[in-house]
Amino acid sequence: MIRVLALLLLLPAAAARAGEEVVAGLSQSKIAITANFDGSDLLIYGAVKREEPVPGGPPLEVIVTVEGPSTPIMVRRKSRTFGIWVNTTGVEVDRAPSFYAVATTGPLAEILSQTEDLRQKISVPQMIRSVGAPQEIADSPAFTEALIRIREANGLYSLHEGTVGLEEATLFRTDIDLPANLVEGDYRTRIFLLRNKAVIAQHETLIDVRKVGLERWLYDLAYGQPMIYGILALVVAALAGWTASAAFRFLRNG
Amino acid sequence: MQIYLPIAEVSVNAFLLFGLGGLVGMLSGLFGVGGGFLITPLLFFIGIPPTVAVATGANQVVASSVSGVLAHIKRRTVDFRMGAVLLAGGLLGSALGIWGFNLLSRLGQIDLVVQLSYVIFLGLIGLLMLQESLRALRRARRGPAAPIKRHQHLWVHKLPLKMKFRTSGLYISVAPPILVGVLVGVLAAIMGVGGGFIMVPAMIYLLGMPTKVVIGTSLFQIIFVTGFTTFMHAWTNQSVDLMLAMLLIVGGVVGAQIGTRIGAKLRAEQLRILLALLVLAVCLKLGIDLLVQPNELYSISGVGRA
Repeated sequence: MIRVLALLLLLPAAAARAGEEVVAGLSQSKIAITANFDGSDLLIYGAVKREEPVPGGPPLEVIVTVEGPSTPIMVRRKSRTFGIWVNTTGVEVDRAPSFYAVATTGPLAEILSQTEDLRQKISVPQMIRSVGAPQEIADSPAFTEALIRIREANGLYSLHEGTVGLEEATLFRTDIDLPANLVEGDYRTRIFLLRNKAVIAQHETLIDVRKVGLERWLYDLAYGQPMIYGILALVVAALAGWTASAAFRFLRNG
Repeated sequence: MQIYLPIAEVSVNAFLLFGLGGLVGMLSGLFGVGGGFLITPLLFFIGIPPTVAVATGANQVVASSVSGVLAHIKRRTVDFRMGAVLLAGGLLGSALGIWGFNLLSRLGQIDLVVQLSYVIFLGLIGLLMLQESLRALRRARRGPAAPIKRHQHLWVHKLPLKMKFRTSGLYISVAPPILVGVLVGVLAAIMGVGGGFIMVPAMIYLLGMPTKVVIGTSLFQIIFVTGFTTFMHAWTNQSVDLMLAMLLIVGGVVGAQIGTRIGAKLRAEQLRILLALLVLAVCLKLGIDLLVQPNELYSISGVGRA
């Protein structure tokens, strides 16, 4: 009885909230950055699980996001000083993901309401948090915009509208292109189901992106044991120099 | 073949780096220059972060200097005592330079200072080289010039704290070599160069050392100063990329040997003009980048890491 009342009183989206769930998979749950790593294609696929027939009303939409580890970022702006371009002002952005891709079934503005975006932090600008801009900088939003612009140009932030394929309001899949300049860490993948611009179900998984092999070893050594790494760099250089001169002397004489 | 550089955290074409190392190595074999002053700005151009380019450039110079100095030790053209005095200054200068480098990194001005230093020094060397080679070309047409006078008494010979340098046949104060060393050390830390282009003329004209020991002695000093610089960069700001260094070194040593062979067969004067023009072109490119309004006024960097 209560269920029937709810169906009658509330929006269709709210009613569907109880009935639809995401079941999802990834083509890979681990990405290894090897010496010849030049990017990777991540396939994210899944299905909508429901006990009842597909509800009517507004169509089902899907948004998939992949988010790299967040770090604070310094954004600096140049201005002309004594004829040359010098970094003069800087704003620290408290948290910005090193990578962020959004894929959707349709134009973001048409399938997601602003309040829902604020709540779930889905669109690129929502992912960046900047609170501590210095007082003397009036246009601090320009700095966050610049951060997004630069990362978009490097392929690190992207919005792909209409790249999620949805079959019969049940099966969906999308490819996310991971660039070669990935930073290692846990990449959070979120899948949102939406109806009537509101999120009705979501699913989250982590992808482990790690340097492996020689890359891992060098990176760990450089940051963990910088003195040993420094000595190693010297030994390698000295050996290479000595080997080269010895080898060519041998070639010349022999 | 793309290769992912673990410290620079960018993916670059391995053959491009190998070729770059080879090209610069060839130039250094042809002209006897260290090549550090070309490799670092070329690394900027292909998108390596300047801090990594400088630190890794210093590492590459260690390898090419070791390769070069061995021949000089065999020929007994290294003044170890003078090298040690220069080195004392060099280590001091390098430490100063590293300190300044880390300070400027925190202030967000390191890229600018590195680029400015390159514009100034490349411009200077390029012009000097061009002038020198044009003069040599003219001299070659006209016939041999008068020999340079030896054992001149310069002002540097009047300073206190004198020391005997037997290999160079000098009895001079240690102050000027130490100062030259300090200057070269600072340049090594900030620009990732060996500093041979400053030291060689300084040794000949300022200290009055005989030409035959100059190259060996400067190489000897450069090994230790760039070695110390590499170590300090690796230790204090983790900006040495061994993967990048290896590719450059392998390319560089092969290139240097090829360059030496070619150099023995070709007339160096015309080539030297080309090198001078190349240096000036790199200088011009860096200079224009500083003068013209950049497409992107903003830049981003991690906090706490250079």
